[in-house]
Amino acid sequence: MKPTVFENVRLIDPASNTDRPGRLLVQNGVIAGTDAPQAEGMPDGADVIDGGGQLVLCPGLVDMRVTIGEPGYEYRETVLSAARAAVAGGITTIAVLPNTSPTIDNPALARLLRARGEETGMIDILPYGALTRECAGKEMAEIGLLAEAGAIAFTDGPHAIADSRMMRQMLTYARGFNALIVQHPEDPSLARGGCATDGELATRLGLPGIPAAAEAILIARDLRLARMTGGRLHFGHVSTAEGLDLIRNAKADGLRVSCDTAPPYFDLNETVIGDFRTYAKLSPPLRTEADRRAVSAALADGTIDAIASDHMPCDADDKRQPFAVAAAGGTGLCTLLAVTLAQVHAGHLGMMEAIGLLTHRPAAVLGSKAGTLAVGEPADLCLFNPDTAWVVRAGDLPGKAQNTPFDGRALEGRVLGTWKKGVRVFGAQAA
Amino acid sequence: MNERSSHGSNVFATPATRHLLGVQGMHPSRIMPILDLAEHYALLNRSRKTPRDLLRGRTLINLFFEDSTRTRTSFELAGKRLGADVVNMTVASSSVNKGETLLDTAATLNAMHADLLVVRHAQSGAPALLAQKVQASVVNAGDGTHEHPTQALLDALTIRRHFGTFEGLTVAICGDVSHSRVARSNIHLLTALGCQVRVVGPPTLVPGAIGALGVSIHHTMEDGLRGVDVVMMLRVQRERMKGTQVPSAREYFRFYGLDNKRLALARPHALVMHPGPMNRGVEIDSRVADSDQSVIREQVEMGVAVRMAVLDLLARGGEGA
Repeated sequence: MKPTVFENVRLIDPASNTDRPGRLLVQNGVIAGTDAPQAEGMPDGADVIDGGGQLVLCPGLVDMRVTIGEPGYEYRETVLSAARAAVAGGITTIAVLPNTSPTIDNPALARLLRARGEETGMIDILPYGALTRECAGKEMAEIGLLAEAGAIAFTDGPHAIADSRMMRQMLTYARGFNALIVQHPEDPSLARGGCATDGELATRLGLPGIPAAAEAILIARDLRLARMTGGRLHFGHVSTAEGLDLIRNAKADGLRVSCDTAPPYFDLNETVIGDFRTYAKLSPPLRTEADRRAVSAALADGTIDAIASDHMPCDADDKRQPFAVAAAGGTGLCTLLAVTLAQVHAGHLGMMEAIGLLTHRPAAVLGSKAGTLAVGEPADLCLFNPDTAWVVRAGDLPGKAQNTPFDGRALEGRVLGTWKKGVRVFGAQAA
Repeated sequence: MNERSSHGSNVFATPATRHLLGVQGMHPSRIMPILDLAEHYALLNRSRKTPRDLLRGRTLINLFFEDSTRTRTSFELAGKRLGADVVNMTVASSSVNKGETLLDTAATLNAMHADLLVVRHAQSGAPALLAQKVQASVVNAGDGTHEHPTQALLDALTIRRHFGTFEGLTVAICGDVSHSRVARSNIHLLTALGCQVRVVGPPTLVPGAIGALGVSIHHTMEDGLRGVDVVMMLRVQRERMKGTQVPSAREYFRFYGLDNKRLALARPHALVMHPGPMNRGVEIDSRVADSDQSVIREQVEMGVAVRMAVLDLLARGGEGA
């Protein structure tokens, strides 16, 4: 394998608080070192990638909330198509939700998913284990065995654990393995049958509503249970001011709790569903502008630990339905970086913070070593131009699923190259 | 023969208005010509002299994904009285469950070359979805809890026939506002025409956000009916009265039913309206339903006239109006 030298790039590595012009050397698939921009010396026969002084080189992104169709829903997305979409977005590590068919509730399936990721040569798959058998919320899954088989954390994916006693047991039991529990923060009984946030718009459209408070209600309950049990708890795709306030206060009290959000919740508001646009039907549903702003502010103040794509592939038949019966969810892999950069361009978030939320911070939540430019680590890298403008077009996205809620959104920031263990897997000259 | 020459321009003449999917945002300048033409058809209906050559050669398909006898019959009569070929397709939800999607249905209808498609569906937005995919003009005959535009137009026509104007009128819409497409369409239309609209009902059946549509919210009939010109009752589904939203039909009638005592709070000669079918003894007392103030049967009559006007305007929308 030839060495690769990245010259004249802006090196951003939030894990080491680095943001400076420089060079980075990759040898034998690992990061061999960094130095100053015009440093002397060049390994023999090295491939040189010149960033022209304006391209950013950062760790390959770590996406901690991805749904893929494999196994069971390959018509929506396969491991391979998800990998292609991921590397087009600069993502080299994905944590995959377990609500597939069959559910990832036995150790063999967790091992299989890790292996399927390796086979692509493009991404690492960190499988979530199911928290309950078949993600049905009734019986505990084999948390210990799943953890041994490489399950990174435990969740029922898009289903909240409704029963308080069950959640208490899960947090208590998982503590024995220091396992992380990831909860979909939405009170299921309040959300039942709903498809849009309760309020003027849902009322006007005649869509069954879900009160925004359904999120805070479950977060409040689970924070209390986490305090009672000492379990490690993470909330996925938090989307409301009230929910974020609860988490902010719990962190200030020293509770072991973390949370992520997804780009739709800081970039879009409920008006996007407009005339029943099912590509904008998400779970949790898009919120009010006030909640959107609160999510954006919580990115900047550190309350939110990670930005995850919340990639949920659906095919046309899932979405070409009346709004209330259409499938919820949107693709997010290839738009993750650019929509996050919109917060940077708007001045709401620093570049270092933005990249941190996409790399070492989600890795830290999951206990993974990915997401840094540390010497000796695998050379998982993302090279992007923060200023290249492009327009998201459903139908033109890499990968299989096209159901993006950002259809027509003009963005700035384009991934030009992605490297996995030193091999270029996206961009010109990709293998 | 052009029966419409004296009724101004065709409000459906532009591609953007090829369909009637809702009345939200409809300007009075578009509403009034429909009511004027409907008024004209109401007269012709009574004299049995409707222009049966007007829609000759046009095909109207009544596509009902939900049970409905009244609305379907009303559209069927409207089409036939203008000479259209009318076909009724009642698509049981079971066939949808067998895998036929709404868009499969659209492709089928395109192949049949229908000109007018009247759609009733249990899901909000379903007619709008169909409208994107079919060549025919689509009329929303009620979609979920979203809109029922022709019901609002016929209600408006009924009101105008009695008061001659909408300015300064106060209308109380009473009952299960949460689940009512009739309520939403009437709110949009009547507020656009200058009426003051109140909604009245128990808090479980009146969404708090409805206030944003320009109405005032009242939770007692005594408060809501005082001084109104029109009392519009809504049907309450029996399944709502099994303890989740209302404790019982008996309690509902006790607090929210329209009887003579409550009607007396409205202005003298206030109109009593109901989109039907009525639950006598649940939302309305029979003595009120059958009283001189009730215009419920007139609403049915105006329904046919309004639908004739809408079909006429839509079918001939592209003809140099």
